[in-house]
Amino acid sequence: MRKLFSQEFLEKNAFALLLMTLITVAIGGLVEIVPLYTIETTVERVKGVRPYSPLELAGRDIYVREGCYTCHSQQVRALRDEVERYGHYSLVAESMYDRPFQWGSKRIGPDLARVGGKYSNDWHYGHLINPQALVPESLMPRYAFLAEKALVTTDIERKLSVLRVMGVPYSEEHVRNARADLEAQADPKADTDALLKRYPRAVVVPGNGQRVTELDALVAYLQVLGTMVDFATVTAEQKRQ
Amino acid sequence: MSGTAARPMPDYNEEIVRKCIIAAMFWAVVAFLAGVWLAAELAWPALNFGLPWLNFGRLRPVHTSAAIFAFGGTALIGTAFHVVQRTCRARLFGGDALADFVFWGYQFFIVMAALSYLMGYTQGQEYAEPEWFIDLWLTIVWVAFAVAFIGTVFMREEEHIYVANWFYMAFILTVAVLHLGNNLVIPLSPYSGKSYQLAAGVQNAMIQWWYGHNAVGFFLTAGFLGMMYYFIPKAANRPVYSYRLSVVHFWSLVFLYMWAGPHHLHWTALPDWAQVLGMAFSIMLWMPSWGGMINGLMTLSGAWDKLRTDASLRFSVTAVGFYGMSTFEGPVMSIREVNALSHYTDWTVGHVHSGALGWVAFISFGAVYYLVPVLWKRSGLYSLRLANWHYWIATLGIVFYITAMWVAGIMQGLMWRAYDGFGFLQYSFAESVNAVHPYYVIRFLGGVLFLTGALIMVYNLVQTVRSPATRPEAMPAGAVAAGA
Repeated sequence: MRKLFSQEFLEKNAFALLLMTLITVAIGGLVEIVPLYTIETTVERVKGVRPYSPLELAGRDIYVREGCYTCHSQQVRALRDEVERYGHYSLVAESMYDRPFQWGSKRIGPDLARVGGKYSNDWHYGHLINPQALVPESLMPRYAFLAEKALVTTDIERKLSVLRVMGVPYSEEHVRNARADLEAQADPKADTDALLKRYPRAVVVPGNGQRVTELDALVAYLQVLGTMVDFATVTAEQKRQ
Repeated sequence: MSGTAARPMPDYNEEIVRKCIIAAMFWAVVAFLAGVWLAAELAWPALNFGLPWLNFGRLRPVHTSAAIFAFGGTALIGTAFHVVQRTCRARLFGGDALADFVFWGYQFFIVMAALSYLMGYTQGQEYAEPEWFIDLWLTIVWVAFAVAFIGTVFMREEEHIYVANWFYMAFILTVAVLHLGNNLVIPLSPYSGKSYQLAAGVQNAMIQWWYGHNAVGFFLTAGFLGMMYYFIPKAANRPVYSYRLSVVHFWSLVFLYMWAGPHHLHWTALPDWAQVLGMAFSIMLWMPSWGGMINGLMTLSGAWDKLRTDASLRFSVTAVGFYGMSTFEGPVMSIREVNALSHYTDWTVGHVHSGALGWVAFISFGAVYYLVPVLWKRSGLYSLRLANWHYWIATLGIVFYITAMWVAGIMQGLMWRAYDGFGFLQYSFAESVNAVHPYYVIRFLGGVLFLTGALIMVYNLVQTVRSPATRPEAMPAGAVAAGA
């Protein structure tokens, strides 16, 4: 054992050197990652956070696909100016179903953690199709092509099932109704009672009356961001980590 | 390394190193070109053209992966194979077939990754964008790389493992651990390119930045320190300044780096205990980093005059200077109060580029300027003058880049937190976007300069290989021996 702490020995013995390097690098990661799973207060005990609706989930996958996280964070930091600019600081609970997390590391555009409900559906459609028409200073690319692309919905049950395996609380019923829920959320004429029962506060988007597009899904996702927790009812104890 | 001249030199596999250098130079140009294009998109957003594959969001990972994994990675594999053979006095383990598999397998990984980003396949985590099927392929290639490298170390004829190889081995081993840890996903089906991460939310964030920061620590630092510990002593013809400092440098660096990840998540929902740990270890990391810098620089004691005549050494030494600067700036930015201002701004982007351009690219240029004449059996570089032009143009490019980003970043940070006399936020976000436009143009120009320098280098290297003037027979006898 003593030998393993002798540089003289280590640098003549490749196996021992590799072993000691592995042990040395393993410590930091283990100490910082494992407790995030074991300390119960890591996730705040707030109510309202639900899994994404099928249309929101499909929209989220498009958000990830287009690399929106390269310019937008989804994390309001616990700093006075951020709370005033964007809203209540972000909680762990609010992204506990996010795969991948999209907290981001650069704000070329503003934070989106609480963008839901801040603008109308129409604003989002117009803005995504031509950002500069609404915000002249914007550096954002145009996403008009999303309005032309029909949303692929054939894999939506599969998506919910895979997430369910990982512990996201989708029930059998959620999976079974995934496609119907997805279509209902992009159709203002549809009966949305069942959808809203399964996914409270889901925002129905106008769609184009013919087919669900990728743009519809993306707007549905943006409109739910940061709206699940009702902060008027949250106590300090519930937020304590 | 001296005193062994009497023994015959083993028959090294130099072909693989030559291949890696050619590919690394190609990817360097691709990476810089993509970077310049992205900088132009940020200065003039009409250049996105609304095309899915040309939009900033899909193109940005192409730039980062081309710089880190394609240029940096191929340079690392090439120099690792060169250094391990020379310092172990053994031909590369596993034969030419294994080495070729590593090379072509890695190139295939790069091309697949780049194409997949453009097509919209991404895991959506920075520097870990490749989807699961590409990750699996990379795992196979990486194991082959580890077998070839570590196998050579086992077969060595030298009793001691040279310090450069400690760093290369730590790089290979730790990158494998990070890659596996951060890419635990479940694909929708074996035929689907889409997957979901096993970890979600805060755990996903912590694992990502454990990976992300140590991609910096082990890919972009430990690996390139391996380069430093071989090529600087070699080019200066001096032993490493301090053996003791090398030992302290190595163990403290590999231990401390792994803790620093949470500084990417300051003031977020990540619990405070993790943020404070990350900050404390990031600050401690300053010491081994500067220990390494001092070890590199002091190796030149008594050989400083070579900076005037040796292009390789000039790049390497400047790289170590930038390494020192970035590894001082990093700990400063990891302090929570500083980070509150700097995070999410262009200051971070500037910091990354002082490391990527000043340290990673320059130390690689130094190695390549040294290696090309050695591997192609040339008496020296085609033109020292062109190498000087490259050096000054590239250095000027870095200065443009990082100063523009300092100003832009600090301005953004200050504007976002500015209050007016009535206690309201003074600026809208859009105003901060408008304010940084001039600095985005300067950054673009900095990138153009850096790219121009790289093109000059490529021309110089091609001429070194092709021009009759650098053939050994065209030179006086003494010059040839010195070059080898």
